[in-house]
Amino acid sequence: MSKLKLIIQREFIAKVRNKSFIIMTFLSPLIMVGMGALVFFLMKKNEEKIKEIVYVDESKLFSKDDFSDTETIHYQDFTALGVEATKKKVEEGHYAGVLIIPKKESLELLAKSIEFYSKDSPGMSVMNSLENKIETKLRNEKLTNFGIDLDKIKESKIQTDIKMYNFSGEESSKLINGLKIGVGAIAGYLLMMFVMIYGTSVMRSVIEEKTSRIIEVIVSSVKPFQLMMGKIVGNAAAGLLQFFIWGILLFIIMTVASSVFGVDMVEMQTAKLPADQLEAAKQAAGGDKMQVIIQEILRLPILKMFVLFIFYFLGGYMLYSSLFAAVGAAVDNETDTQQFMLPIMLPLILGVYVGFATVINDPHGSIAVLFSHIPFTSPIVMLMRVPFGVSWYELVISMTLLLVTFVFMVWLAAKIYRVGILMYGKKPTYKDLYKWLKYKG
Amino acid sequence: MKNLLEINNVVKNYGDFRALNDVSIHIPKGSVYGLLGPNGAGKTSLIRIVNQITMPDSGTIFIDGEPLSPKHTANIGYLPEERGLYKSMKVGEQALYLAQLKGLSKSEAKKRLKYWFDKFDISAWWGKKIEELSKGMAQKVQFIVTVMHNPKLLIFDEPFSGFDPINAQLIAKEILKLRDEGATIIFSTHRMESVEEMCDEIALIDKSNKILDGNLADIKRQFRTNTFQVGLNTANPKEVEEKLKENFEVFPADFTLLGNELTMNVKLKEQESTNELLSFLTSRGEVQHFVELIPSANDIFIQAINKNN
Repeated sequence: MSKLKLIIQREFIAKVRNKSFIIMTFLSPLIMVGMGALVFFLMKKNEEKIKEIVYVDESKLFSKDDFSDTETIHYQDFTALGVEATKKKVEEGHYAGVLIIPKKESLELLAKSIEFYSKDSPGMSVMNSLENKIETKLRNEKLTNFGIDLDKIKESKIQTDIKMYNFSGEESSKLINGLKIGVGAIAGYLLMMFVMIYGTSVMRSVIEEKTSRIIEVIVSSVKPFQLMMGKIVGNAAAGLLQFFIWGILLFIIMTVASSVFGVDMVEMQTAKLPADQLEAAKQAAGGDKMQVIIQEILRLPILKMFVLFIFYFLGGYMLYSSLFAAVGAAVDNETDTQQFMLPIMLPLILGVYVGFATVINDPHGSIAVLFSHIPFTSPIVMLMRVPFGVSWYELVISMTLLLVTFVFMVWLAAKIYRVGILMYGKKPTYKDLYKWLKYKG
Repeated sequence: MKNLLEINNVVKNYGDFRALNDVSIHIPKGSVYGLLGPNGAGKTSLIRIVNQITMPDSGTIFIDGEPLSPKHTANIGYLPEERGLYKSMKVGEQALYLAQLKGLSKSEAKKRLKYWFDKFDISAWWGKKIEELSKGMAQKVQFIVTVMHNPKLLIFDEPFSGFDPINAQLIAKEILKLRDEGATIIFSTHRMESVEEMCDEIALIDKSNKILDGNLADIKRQFRTNTFQVGLNTANPKEVEEKLKENFEVFPADFTLLGNELTMNVKLKEQESTNELLSFLTSRGEVQHFVELIPSANDIFIQAINKNN
């Protein structure tokens, strides 16, 4: 068996057998799902509590119909009691608050004079809903004053839905844009997480070899470069296994959870949408639209996306983990890594921020294009852009740049690694690292 | 081929610092070769170059007549001064892994390991993790890992540190046995008594330069001072001492005897023979003690280093 293969195997087994790895692998999906379920449960619980709001309408403009009860808010008319008595009652009682609508000469004046009193400040949604109700009512009043028939207004409502085509005549939908953003964002975010977790794992493994002093025995049998590459590949393999298990576990847990608790995933997601949007979504999901979406998913360059995902994923991981290995080699213990970690983390985080900030708004904007060519951010930003279709020459330039930088950085990291693994004691400075680069052999 | 390892004119720089300056050392096949020198002299640099952990800036190295190349790592066993093993890995797995890195097949490695584990009576440790073993126990495992692939060249850097006297004796015996079976051994240490005990040849490195090398007995001869320890039973010690001082170069004795004899160190000049001294002594009393003062490795070490400074 070749030495590189032996090293990869050892690194993989050492990582996979590690207790914290096993715990992380099997517990993380449970924790994630558990947290999600907890948040969902708490939100339900919160909504179940019904708020009682009373109103005093001195303007006599509003009727009980204008304050129809919702699932979470019930309204009561206290006009008969008068303002002061109602306020007192609300303050002492269990009511959430009191809305006071005074009598004014004009609707404009009235609109500015309505007051709401409560013990605890109300949430945004409550206030929005109250303001909506009043605005609708006052607008209708005004329209009636202008002599406009309200029924005609209702009749005049019309919805447009612009159909989108590309020049080859294929129909596309707006929903698919969201899907593209989602796929890109998940891919980019996944890459960042992977680099962070397994890059530092490579670094720790290097430090462990240094502190246990086995390094000199190992490098008397294999080249430091082989050892470094073996580590990087071995850790990546362990990481991919972990991601794979997470995927399977999440799928199983979701399936089990939805069948046991009868929670419909689609309903769970659409429940938050306001009624009219929900209507639109349902419409979109129904009939012809559904077919368009499926057609369009099939028309996404899935194979191309997959190949590019693998390329940028591996390229990005290799580029960063070789740097992590160099950092591990340069220091004696983990506390000394801080100063070298920052320059590695910065471009990684920048990539994610730029990706989320620019690609989502304009996948082919100049900032997005620039950062999808800079090798340290390109794996993340380009992965986010790929679903929107990136021209082949941009891809070639970006991939070539990444490849060249990757080879250069691995070479550079290997030089630091080779010297660093045998250096103990003083914490090196950047100047020391530069000196190491010039050592021969 | 008389020499297993020939190091010719090796130069190694670390930035502006020259760690090895034109060092040449020839190590005869089947010898125990002592590589000596103060801390920071360049011994470890040289050993790392032989192990191909680092490359020399210039100079050539031949092992068994061939230029040193990566394939030769399988012919070299190296026990570094700063030693260690993977702490959370099991003893057996770890030894197998390291053996395979040295080019042994898995089955062959298992066979050899069984031999050594039985020999050191440590088979029970196979499934234990290194962190569960004491330091001495881990050192034994490390020794086995160093020698199990039967290398032609064994490099031991301070092999006895961390061992109690009994285990140190055991290891010393094994090292000499490996030499008798045909291995060539480079032995780097500060402990001069083990140099006397083990080494056939030595080289002394100081401040990046080799300042002395050769057969240990030859070097001792080179460093002899023609000084003799003398113990004489005589009725007139004062008078004899005066006479002795007139005829020879005399120093106070650096030894003690059991009786109250006259004791002296006498240094002979080149033209003087031991017989002259002996006949002088026998004519004046009964010679109780007459020994040539042979320089120890320790003396040679200190003298050579002081001269170099």
